[in-house]
Amino acid sequence: MSEVIIPGASGIIQNEPLLWEKGGKGRRGMCVPGSDVPAAELPAALCRGELDFPELSEVDVVRHYTRLSQWNFGVDSGMYPLGSCTMKYNPKINEKAAATPALAAAHPMLPDELVQGSLQVMYELQSYLAAITGLPAVTLQPAAGAHGELTGMLIFAAWHKSRNSRRTKILIPDTAHGTNPASAALCGYKPVPIRSGPEGILEVAAIEAAMDEETAGIMITNPNTLGLFETRIREIAAIVHAKGGLVYGDGANMNAIMGIIDARRCGVDVLHLNLHKTFSTPHGGGGPGAGPLCVSEELARFLPAPRAVRDGDLYRLDWGGSDSVGRVHAFHGNVSVLLRAYAYIRSMGAENLKKASQLAVLNAAYIKERLRGTLPLAYDRPCMHECVFSDAQLQEHKVTTLDVAKRLIDCGYHPPTIYFPLVVHGAIMIEPTETECKADIDQFIAVLEQIVREAAENPELLRQAPLRTKVRRLDETLAARQPCLCGS
Amino acid sequence: MRYLPHTDEEIRDMLAVIRRGSLDELFCSVPDSCRYEGDMPLPPAMDEWQLTEHMEKLAAAMAIDDKARVLIGAGSYHHHIPETIRAIMSRGELLTAYTPYQPEMAQGTLQGIYEYQTLTSRLLGMDVANASIYDGASAMAEALLMGLRVAKKKTRVAVSAAVHPHYRQVARSYLAPTGYELVELPVGEDGRTDPALLASLGDVAAVAIQSPNFFGVIEDLEGLAPLVHDAGALFIAVFSEPLAYGLLKSPGACGADIACGEGQSFGMPRSFGGAALGMFACRNEFVRNMPGRLVGQTKDLEGKRGFVLTLSTREQHIRREKATSNICSNQGICTLIASMYMASLGASGLAELARLNHSKAEYLKSGLHAAGAKVVFSAPTFNEFVVEFPGDFRPAYQRLLERKIVAGLELGRFYTEHAGRYLFCVTETTDRKTLDAIVAEVNS
Repeated sequence: MSEVIIPGASGIIQNEPLLWEKGGKGRRGMCVPGSDVPAAELPAALCRGELDFPELSEVDVVRHYTRLSQWNFGVDSGMYPLGSCTMKYNPKINEKAAATPALAAAHPMLPDELVQGSLQVMYELQSYLAAITGLPAVTLQPAAGAHGELTGMLIFAAWHKSRNSRRTKILIPDTAHGTNPASAALCGYKPVPIRSGPEGILEVAAIEAAMDEETAGIMITNPNTLGLFETRIREIAAIVHAKGGLVYGDGANMNAIMGIIDARRCGVDVLHLNLHKTFSTPHGGGGPGAGPLCVSEELARFLPAPRAVRDGDLYRLDWGGSDSVGRVHAFHGNVSVLLRAYAYIRSMGAENLKKASQLAVLNAAYIKERLRGTLPLAYDRPCMHECVFSDAQLQEHKVTTLDVAKRLIDCGYHPPTIYFPLVVHGAIMIEPTETECKADIDQFIAVLEQIVREAAENPELLRQAPLRTKVRRLDETLAARQPCLCGS
Repeated sequence: MRYLPHTDEEIRDMLAVIRRGSLDELFCSVPDSCRYEGDMPLPPAMDEWQLTEHMEKLAAAMAIDDKARVLIGAGSYHHHIPETIRAIMSRGELLTAYTPYQPEMAQGTLQGIYEYQTLTSRLLGMDVANASIYDGASAMAEALLMGLRVAKKKTRVAVSAAVHPHYRQVARSYLAPTGYELVELPVGEDGRTDPALLASLGDVAAVAIQSPNFFGVIEDLEGLAPLVHDAGALFIAVFSEPLAYGLLKSPGACGADIACGEGQSFGMPRSFGGAALGMFACRNEFVRNMPGRLVGQTKDLEGKRGFVLTLSTREQHIRREKATSNICSNQGICTLIASMYMASLGASGLAELARLNHSKAEYLKSGLHAAGAKVVFSAPTFNEFVVEFPGDFRPAYQRLLERKIVAGLELGRFYTEHAGRYLFCVTETTDRKTLDAIVAEVNS
C-alpha cells in the first residue's frame, strides 16, 4: 500500500547517555567569577561532604540537551492536535518580550515606583483579561489552570463563609476537566457528579434535582470537554444562584469563544484562563503555565492580593482587605508567562482574537465533517474548537484507540487526546487550533483515513507502532510496579 | 495576521464542506443571550516592530533595570545565567512540547526530568524528588498538606516564623477552608528557630523550618530533627536559596523527611518573581503520599531504557477528589533549566560558587559592622544577613538608589519587631566596588 510521505516524519536519532554517565572529573561547563574579597569560612559542622554531581564541559552539556531535544516533538515540529490542550503556535516575538532585560531582571519586592514597567504590564493584562471574559476583577497569581481552580474554590469558601452559609458539596458534570474534583476537595467540598444528557450537554432538570442549599455551586467547563457549547448555561446558573450557590467556569476552552461569548452574561461568577492554551504561551513540556482568575465585581474583594492598580499616572500594588483569601503564590505568579500572553494580546488585538476563535472552530468543524465517515462521532452536534470520536469501529478489528495514536506518531503527528473525556468509549479528541492551515489539516485527515484502513487490512502495523521513535512502546506497568525515580 | 494561515478562499472552501454560509454561522448553537455584545475593548493590534518598541518603552519605565545593583534576595536571587541555557532551552522541541503523555515522542523531556529528579535528590540528600511544582511557597503548602495526609488524624502543623513571610501566607491560604491549624514557632535571639515550643505542642503532623531562613541564618537542622521527630511530626526542610546546598550539609543528611523550596536561583531570571520552580523531595517511604508528577525509568518492547510518567494513581485524573493533590502540571522547562545549571557547574563549581556568595556577603557584613551597624543575629548566615544601622539609614539608601544601588530590604512590612532593620543579599554578581560604596555611604 502506498503511504503518504509526511515532511518531518522521520530523522536522525542520536544516542545520548544520562548526564552522570558522561563527562570527567575536573570538567566545568560554566564560569564561576574569580573572587575579589577575602575567603570566609563556615563552621565545618554545617558543611557537606562532596556532592555526587557529574562534571561536564560546555560542549558536553550543549550536545546532551540538543540530542535530548531531538527525541522530542513540539508545536514547532508539527501538528499537535491534542484535545483540550490548545496546542497553537507559540510566537517567537513573545519570547523576546518575556526576555526584555529590564523586566526579566525585576526583583519582585522592589518599591512600586522602581518597577513601573512590570506593574503596567500586570495592570494592563488584568484589564485585557477582564475585557475578554466580561468579568471585571482579575488576579494573575495562579501558576496553572488547576491553581486557578483552587484559588476559585478558596473564593467560593470565603464567600460562603462571609454569608454564614455552610456548604459541603459541589456539582461537577462528567464533561468537566479532570482536575476540578481534586481542586474542590482541597477546600472541603465533596464533588457531586452530574451526568450530561443524550446530546452531550447538561440538562436543566439534572441541575434542578441536584442543587440544594448544602451545595456551594457548580464547576462547569464551557465549551465542555466534548467540544460542545452548554446552551442551557444561563438557566443552570439561575438555578444555582437561586439556591445561594456560585458558578465556576473552567475557561480552559476559551480558545473557542473569544469575542463571541460573554462569560458574565452566561451567569458565570468565577473563571480561570489558561494563558498557555488560549494565549499562545509555550507549554515547555509541562510548564510553566499561568492560570489567572477573573471574577465578578461582587467577588473582587475575595481575590488574592496584591493586584496591580492604577493611580493617575502611577501603577502600584494594592494589598487588598481582610476579605482576601490571601496569597496563592510567593510573588506575582509566573510573570514571564504573563509577559508572553501580554505580547500575544497586543499583537492580535480584538479583531484577530475573535478571528482566531472562529478559525479554531472552523478547523474542528471541518475535521469533524471530513472524518465522520471514517470514525464514529461521539455526539453529532455542532462542535466548537474540538471534536470527539469513539473507538466503536476500531474494536471490530481488535485495534485500540492507543494503537491509532501510536501509529500517528510514526506518521509524524502528535496524537489527539485519547480516552478522555471518560463519557466516550475509547475517545479520540481532536483540537487542531486556528494555527493549522487547510493543507496541513487535509493531510492529517488523509493520514487518519489511511490508519483506519490499515486497522482493517494490516492491524499489526498499528499494534507494533511506533517504530520510528527513539524508543518503542514503553512498559508503564513495570515503571509503576518497580518505581525507579532516581538514578544511581 | 501572520499567526492565522487561512486564506479567504480556504475559508470559503471549508465552510462549503461543513455547509455553513459564514464564520458567524459556526456558532449557531450559542443562544443570543450568551453572546459578547460589541467588540472587545482592547488596544489595536501591533506589528512585530511596534511591539518591540512598546516593550522597550516599558523597559525604560523601570527605574531599577538590569544594570542596577539590587542587594535584595528574600526568595528571588540574582545569579549569572550562562548563555548556553538561553540558547538550548529556547529550542522549540523542548519549549513547545506539551506534558509527555506520549512518551515515545517525548523522551527528551522525560529523560531531562528524570535527570532533574536525580540531581535534586542528590543535592537535597533525599531518596526521591518529584518533577517540580509551582514555586517555593506552594511547595511548602503542599508539604504541610502531605504531612497531614501521612499523619491522618492530626490537625495541626507548625511553621517557623523565620520561614519566608509569603510562604507562610500561602500556607495559610491553602489551609483556611480545611479546619487545620497552623502554629508559628518563634525565632530566638540568634536568628534561629526556637524549638522550645515543640515539646509542648502535641499532636503536630509536620514542622517546617527554612534554612537558610528568611534572615539568611543557617538553621541547626541536625539539632532540630530529633526534637521534631520526638514530637511525632514529619520534618519539612524549606529553602529559598538552593545554592546554599552546594556548601551546606543537605536536609536529608540532617534528618529531614521532606525537603522543598524555590529553585529560581538555578538558571532562571528573577522576572518579578516568576516563572518559579517548586523543588520537592522526600524519603522513599512517603513517595505514594507525594504531590505532583513523577518520571520513572522503564524498558521498551525491545528492552531498551526509556522514561515515562509514573505512579499516576496518586494523581487527580485517576483518583479524582481522593488525589494527593490537584496539581496536573509541573514547571516543565524550568526543571530542565535547573538541571542544566547544576550539571554545568558540577559538584566543584556549585561549591565554589556557594563559597563565593558566602564570602562576598561576609565581606559586606563585616564592612557594615565596622561602620557601626549592628549585625542583628549571631548565628552563621549564607548570602543574606540582617543589620541595624546606628541612625536613620533612609537618606543613605536614597543616595545609593540615585547611583542605582538598592541597598537591602527594610523588614518592617514583614516583622514589626524588625522595623528599620535591613535584610541584605550579596551574590557573585555584586563586585567589591559596590560593596565598598555601600559601606562608604554608611560611614559618611
